[in-house]
Amino acid sequence: MSIVWTDTVKQIAGVELHLTRGGSGPAVLVLHHDIGSVDRLPFYDALAEKFDVLIPHHPGWGKSQRPQWLRSPRDIAAIYAWLLADLEVSGVSLIGLGFGGWIAAEMASLAPRDYTALVLVGAAGIKPDEGEYIADQAIVSYIDYPKSGFHDEAAFARIYGGVSTDQLEAWDIAREMSFRTAWKPYMYSQTLPHLLGGVRAPALIVWGDDDRIVPLSAGRAYARALPGAAMTVVPDCGHFAEMEKPDALAKLAIDFLSRK
Amino acid sequence: MHMMYFTEQPMSAYDAQAGLDYGATALTFSNSHFDPNEGSRLYNEYLEEYIMAEEYGADGIMLNEHHNAPFCMQARTNMFASILAAVTKRVKIVILGNPLPLTENPVQLAEELAMIDMISKGRLVSGFVRGGGQEQLANGVNPAFNRERFMEAHDLVQKTWTQPGPFRWEGTHYQQRVVNPWAIPMQKPYPRVWIPGVLSKETVIWTAQQRYPYIALNTSIEATKQIHETYDKAAAEVGYTAGPENFGYLIRVHVQDTEEKAMENARQFMWMQGEFTGLANPVWANPAGYFSPSGRRAFVEFSTGRAKNPRGNPTFEQQVADTMIIAGTPDQVIERLKYLVRETRPGIMGIWANDGNVSKEDRRRCIQLLCGEVMPAIKEYGATLGLNDPWEANAPVHLRYSTDLASQKVAAE
Repeated sequence: MSIVWTDTVKQIAGVELHLTRGGSGPAVLVLHHDIGSVDRLPFYDALAEKFDVLIPHHPGWGKSQRPQWLRSPRDIAAIYAWLLADLEVSGVSLIGLGFGGWIAAEMASLAPRDYTALVLVGAAGIKPDEGEYIADQAIVSYIDYPKSGFHDEAAFARIYGGVSTDQLEAWDIAREMSFRTAWKPYMYSQTLPHLLGGVRAPALIVWGDDDRIVPLSAGRAYARALPGAAMTVVPDCGHFAEMEKPDALAKLAIDFLSRK
Repeated sequence: MHMMYFTEQPMSAYDAQAGLDYGATALTFSNSHFDPNEGSRLYNEYLEEYIMAEEYGADGIMLNEHHNAPFCMQARTNMFASILAAVTKRVKIVILGNPLPLTENPVQLAEELAMIDMISKGRLVSGFVRGGGQEQLANGVNPAFNRERFMEAHDLVQKTWTQPGPFRWEGTHYQQRVVNPWAIPMQKPYPRVWIPGVLSKETVIWTAQQRYPYIALNTSIEATKQIHETYDKAAAEVGYTAGPENFGYLIRVHVQDTEEKAMENARQFMWMQGEFTGLANPVWANPAGYFSPSGRRAFVEFSTGRAKNPRGNPTFEQQVADTMIIAGTPDQVIERLKYLVRETRPGIMGIWANDGNVSKEDRRRCIQLLCGEVMPAIKEYGATLGLNDPWEANAPVHLRYSTDLASQKVAAE
């Protein structure tokens, strides 16, 4: 079955927000990485077989307009809560990828009873163990940074090929937005871990065993902070699990979100 | 003309091969290669040389700062400015400049500069810069808000200098409960502000709108003329005609008694592999959000090796041929500088005279010849061309103190 994806624009918080939507079933909001997202991915198609999948471009990333005032992932979380209200969807589950995982965790902390389930994949937002750091994209080149998020470089090439100049430009814009929203402390919140204890949604924490962008210890911290969270480590997988191991991640997510 | 002596204060006493092996001489190149004993020696030698420059006749000492790199030992330009305020008598102390976005407290910066102005008895020229990309990364300052922070910090410093306190500041990047420092500048309305730069068109336009002199940092003659055009147009739009007093130019010059020795030492200008700010990953010099969005596409192509460096990577010989570097005996240097001055018509001139690993004796001989022979000859020549500096032209410190704006004249008629 081929999925029909529809692109729309929603006016939220004074800016035009780009939204891709496809599939049917319970609603799932998928929040992309700091490097943005390519338009179509096998992982998205697999989810749309079972769910009504909502994939916005973060404000300022990709085709969404930049709110000049935007300062933090918590601001983005509020924008998405507003989006879901406007769309009149309820019982939504959240899948957060990397930086998007941080936004998903913020959303859950702000509205602990609102979401059906939470899947965090290599999520930023929590400080890793002492002596470990979330990789700093500011000091590496545009291509080296995303490459470092794959266990197998061939997986990077499958998605991005030789990397178009348009893609490089999109990465520069994404990088600028990452700086505008997550510069200091870089890619984590000092308050978020203290605010996750009230979250009622069941949570699944998924990590690549070779995530060189967000250390596994940050995942363990999420598992400790979220009540009753389960944790799964995907073998031979880097930070961008949805691109490197789409089948494995889709199965984990679908099974978790479909359980009664 | 105002003639200044400048050096980057190179930390030349490190193993240059280590930088080449590492592949970078900036930001992440380890400070384990820094020897504080050599640093102590060099700081003191550079200080003695500034004093010499004053004794031999320079009008000003130009200072700057950089971080995490061997090419410049000054980590805080206000430190040397403070020392010079006390140990010199006549020269202008020209800070080009304090990197405004790096400060978390522009009021304290305004206070420090006011102290330097008073201690020097009114000899401060207080330039401001955005600071290079590496400076933002070395100091943990968000490059994406660099220009906004520059503008806001400038406005806050200006207000702190000119409006009696106490007042409150609630800006986007700075909030201050009680602005009321008990140190304000001696020079009125406030010390002259000059803005140095290399290529950012936005900065040239902003500088012209403030009526601050723009100091082109060793740009090519062609690029310098384009800067003047951009500045002239922006100046005309706000109602004044820009003259030589609105322009400065920094050029690398090395003088010795023989051409051979001058050329040999001038090659040291290439010691950072020809890069002013060290060998570095392009994304350090230009982190996302730091530069104008109009340059985004060209930059991502250059930074990934798909396009040549827009600034090029000319050889020493090419730079000498293009008058980007001047070296020789006093007579030879005077001839080339006259050509440059005719072409670029600056009222302010910075001479970047010693870089890399030039011996103490040669640095000093260079300063003697430069400040004692070259500078007076160029000042005399500049006078015949009508190249007045801001003091000679009695130029207003800022646009708001202008008495000659076109719109004002119209209103008066």
